[in-house]
Amino acid sequence: MNSVHSRLSLYLLFTPFLLWLALLIIIPHIFMFLVSISVKTGVREYVTGLGNYMVFFTEPLYWNTFARTAFMSISATFLTLLIGFPVAYYIAKLTRGRTKTTLFLMCLIPFWVSELVRTFGWMILLRETGIFSSFLQYIGLASEPIEFLYNDAAIMVGLVYTSMLFMVVPLVTTLDSLDDSLIEAGYDLGGNGITVLREIIIPHAMPGIVSGCIVVFMLSLGNYLTPILLGGKDSLWFTGLIYDQFITRFNWELGSAFGFLLLILSSTIVWAGLKLSGQSLTDTVGR
Amino acid sequence: MKKILTSGIALLAAGVMGATSAQAETLRLLTWGGYAPENVIELFEAETGHTVEVTKSNNEEMVAKLRATNGGGFDLAQPSQDRIAGAQAEFDIYKPIDLSKIDESQFITSMLEATKGNTTYNDEIYGVPHVWGTSGLVVNKAEAGDVKDYLDLCDASVAGKVSYRLKRPTLIGFAFSMGLDPFAAYNDEEAYKDILAKVEDKLIECKPNVKTYWGGGDEIKNLLRSGEVVAAMAWDTGGWSLNEDNADITFVAPEAGALGWIDTFVLPKRGRADEAAYAWINFVMQPEIAAMITNSAGNFTASKGGDEGVDEALKVRYQESFPPEAVDNIKWYPTVPANLETLEGAVLDRVKAAN
Repeated sequence: MNSVHSRLSLYLLFTPFLLWLALLIIIPHIFMFLVSISVKTGVREYVTGLGNYMVFFTEPLYWNTFARTAFMSISATFLTLLIGFPVAYYIAKLTRGRTKTTLFLMCLIPFWVSELVRTFGWMILLRETGIFSSFLQYIGLASEPIEFLYNDAAIMVGLVYTSMLFMVVPLVTTLDSLDDSLIEAGYDLGGNGITVLREIIIPHAMPGIVSGCIVVFMLSLGNYLTPILLGGKDSLWFTGLIYDQFITRFNWELGSAFGFLLLILSSTIVWAGLKLSGQSLTDTVGR
Repeated sequence: MKKILTSGIALLAAGVMGATSAQAETLRLLTWGGYAPENVIELFEAETGHTVEVTKSNNEEMVAKLRATNGGGFDLAQPSQDRIAGAQAEFDIYKPIDLSKIDESQFITSMLEATKGNTTYNDEIYGVPHVWGTSGLVVNKAEAGDVKDYLDLCDASVAGKVSYRLKRPTLIGFAFSMGLDPFAAYNDEEAYKDILAKVEDKLIECKPNVKTYWGGGDEIKNLLRSGEVVAAMAWDTGGWSLNEDNADITFVAPEAGALGWIDTFVLPKRGRADEAAYAWINFVMQPEIAAMITNSAGNFTASKGGDEGVDEALKVRYQESFPPEAVDNIKWYPTVPANLETLEGAVLDRVKAAN
């Protein structure tokens, strides 16, 4: 009787997850895969084949765009880590009580508005008639309006800003769990700031660093708004290409193939990153 | 006895409700911003009892949305006339229009006939015209008075202060400006590829001049209003609405010809409220209603006499931008053959990737 009960509750608890997995992830992907392997040969005529995938590898433009997107996402991830780590360390180790909560909240506040609004905020700051440009002219550092928008640096700023929270939160959590006495012991044993950071803090924070990096990398790679709005005329971004294929070119077949390639290639990059850093998914995300 | 009575009442109630719902339908309208203003909807709902739900969209999204649902989810859509026969051939998302349910006397005859011809697929007519307009140049005359044609956007005098879209109107406009005729080559793939190759080289050469490729109507208006861009390819209404705030900025019909489009009414294949759809078409084509739509959208309609009730200021702007010879020079988009957009897409991608 009891085991029937517990089994029933197990099934009941499992059902929402199973439904979510099946309805929102597995079934759409099966359909997308079926679309991606149908190659258009004429009006309303399709044959099954891998032609759409071949387009990606034979047309250098698409391949280059993916490489560019991946490279910029990796750079954005590193930058986010570089900026996020001191922030997280300060919040986790150097503050207590109310200050800690306040600082944490301040990291959160920008995320109460939508990504679109945040990106428009950057556009107001960076555009030629925007606040930065006007301020530089006002204090005499620039003689004429400067355009900060519509280049790769603007994309980078936007990406780092939109993903900062997702780096800070896991880092704060792991750094919180580091016993202060270990750091003191490090100094007592003759270590300086750098060796303590290298030998104690970073190894302890590694799971947080890796899981933060995975999330930020995936968010940047899959970001659509920020690169399109801030990037201007050279801003090719892989998700933008997918959108174009689906919406403006009506080419769902190629769009689906690109979607699958994005999934496969980004998973490969994450896997390679885990291997390189000597971490495993169970260590980082599973904790 | 009581039971019979209640069920009788229930039946009666169901009958009444059934009867009203057969008459009063919900019209799910897929349209452009400004084409279904609130005041027109109120009048329509008061007169017919139907309710209207508006979804704002653009050409590509309309086709993509209807394709995703196999022509369902909406009862009336308004793509441009060149996006009907091709999309129908490719995706089968519309159903033919029953012209007997439409009051053809309300339409400007030439425009109605042209649209019928352009939206015919397998001998069935799929569209009737509603709003028409053009795209061309929006120029800040104080800063860039010399820009009179699409190719002038590549001139050194406006370097870094130019914007256009990376979409098919840009390819077509540049081709005309270079003395080519893309519309004549629509059905000759080799000739069209040839034209596209020339336009591609030109657009890549012109790229350093461009500040950014704009995406949405509000974006280009902001760029022009702030003075960051002084000349752009854009719609006539965008230029006229900027003209209200800044007399220097207005729409210029390019020497090579403005590109004319007609937005139509089509019935999605699985639309459920055809009755309400036909009622809406006949309602908005009445001259006084058409004038209200022109005042809201900024573009003129295919309604006979619909231009009479239009704002004087808008009429003046229209006449300034379109002297009679410019009207004759408008290049109307013919139906886009299926497959053409794949070729154009590849060109646009390469232009965007070029340095």
